[in-house]
Amino acid sequence: MSGRRIVVTSGKGGVGKTTTTVNVGAALAKRGHKVILVDTDIGLRNLDLVLGVEKRIVFDLVEVVEGRCQVRQALIKDKRFESLSMLPAAQTREKEAVSEAQMTTVIDELAEMADFVFIDCPAGIEHGFRSAIAGAKEAIVVTTPEVSAIRDADRVVGKLTAAKIPLRLIVNRVRPEMVKSGDMMSVDDVCEILASELLGAVPDDEEIIDTTNRGEPIVLDELNKLAIVYDKIARRLEGELVPFTTFDTPNFLSRMLTIFKAG
Amino acid sequence: MLDFLKTLFNPPPPPSSTTAKERLRLVLLSDHLSLSPETLAALKADLLAVISRYVEIDSSHADVTFEHRENDVAVLASIPITGVRERTQPPAQATLPLEMSAIDTETHAVQIDAGSESVDTQAMNDTNASENGATSTPVTGVVSAATRRRRRKKAQNLANRSNANAQQLGKPAQA
Repeated sequence: MSGRRIVVTSGKGGVGKTTTTVNVGAALAKRGHKVILVDTDIGLRNLDLVLGVEKRIVFDLVEVVEGRCQVRQALIKDKRFESLSMLPAAQTREKEAVSEAQMTTVIDELAEMADFVFIDCPAGIEHGFRSAIAGAKEAIVVTTPEVSAIRDADRVVGKLTAAKIPLRLIVNRVRPEMVKSGDMMSVDDVCEILASELLGAVPDDEEIIDTTNRGEPIVLDELNKLAIVYDKIARRLEGELVPFTTFDTPNFLSRMLTIFKAG
Repeated sequence: MLDFLKTLFNPPPPPSSTTAKERLRLVLLSDHLSLSPETLAALKADLLAVISRYVEIDSSHADVTFEHRENDVAVLASIPITGVRERTQPPAQATLPLEMSAIDTETHAVQIDAGSESVDTQAMNDTNASENGATSTPVTGVVSAATRRRRRKKAQNLANRSNANAQQLGKPAQA
């Protein structure tokens, strides 16, 4: 068994890397895949908190690398999704504690145990970024439709291309009504500027703050509209050609047509 | 009434998303043009090799830079001409591929607007026409991430070809 190794990266911080990692990972686990999430943000770990397993950490990534424990001992199994587990980052160490070669070894070992290994990358393009992408074969670049996030994403796209790692984009926090009024760049605009393929567009939703507060992946609630978006992303990662939803608010006529078609 | 006329003749400003897109286009172009010293040296060597096929130049005083202007970024080449090469026929192979600098994948290849090039032999001969006979060519784009990989192979083939050219000219090959 050799699973896919996918790094989730963005350049800029705070665009939703960890939330994306948790929810895409959980959506895939829900679909029956064995998924391991790895937090590589050493010193600023958060994946444990977003996933809601922060109280159950025993060992961390650095201890695995230093040979103080087996990788299996450091993995934390999620209680809601049977096939989902995570490897936490060390909180009191420096980014330099893990080299590119050491990271590759750990990711390779994890890939033998899972269908998907998601590497949650730290913000920036320095050492932490380089070691996070070292073990990856594919990348998801998360960005928001804002100038600063896109400029940073462009740097990351350049670095990943140089490292020959294929990538796809997730455009996060899209506000359809603002796109419609011309006050926000559209998902197409973002893809065009970054000259990259789209993996998914996630609308901005207040509920994600609420679920993150509780440490629950939003995909737990099947009927939630973001859960549907993350499920589509999961299916695209499986290779299915899932059409992209346009966020334009449908007018009365098209809404009626949809109802008739459904009926 | 005056307000009505004003709105009629002065269309409303473009939406901020359009402004954002345009600003990003320019800033990314400028980011991508922060070429590595090696790439810049290779670009310069290639330019000199091409120009020296037509005119005699003083390569020790040649200067190739990027200039950020109001609405675009331009390649600025200042190459002193020392004499005109006597030729009965134009060079056999008159084109050197523009994608040359795409060899470096970390940086980005430059696309130029060949249609609006201001390279003009008349102007270059007349020293008063432009300062130092500098030629300025607007840069219209940088080879995008998606096309970079596709072009790499092509560029490599072209590079091999131009290395052969450079060797013919007795210049050290630049890769």
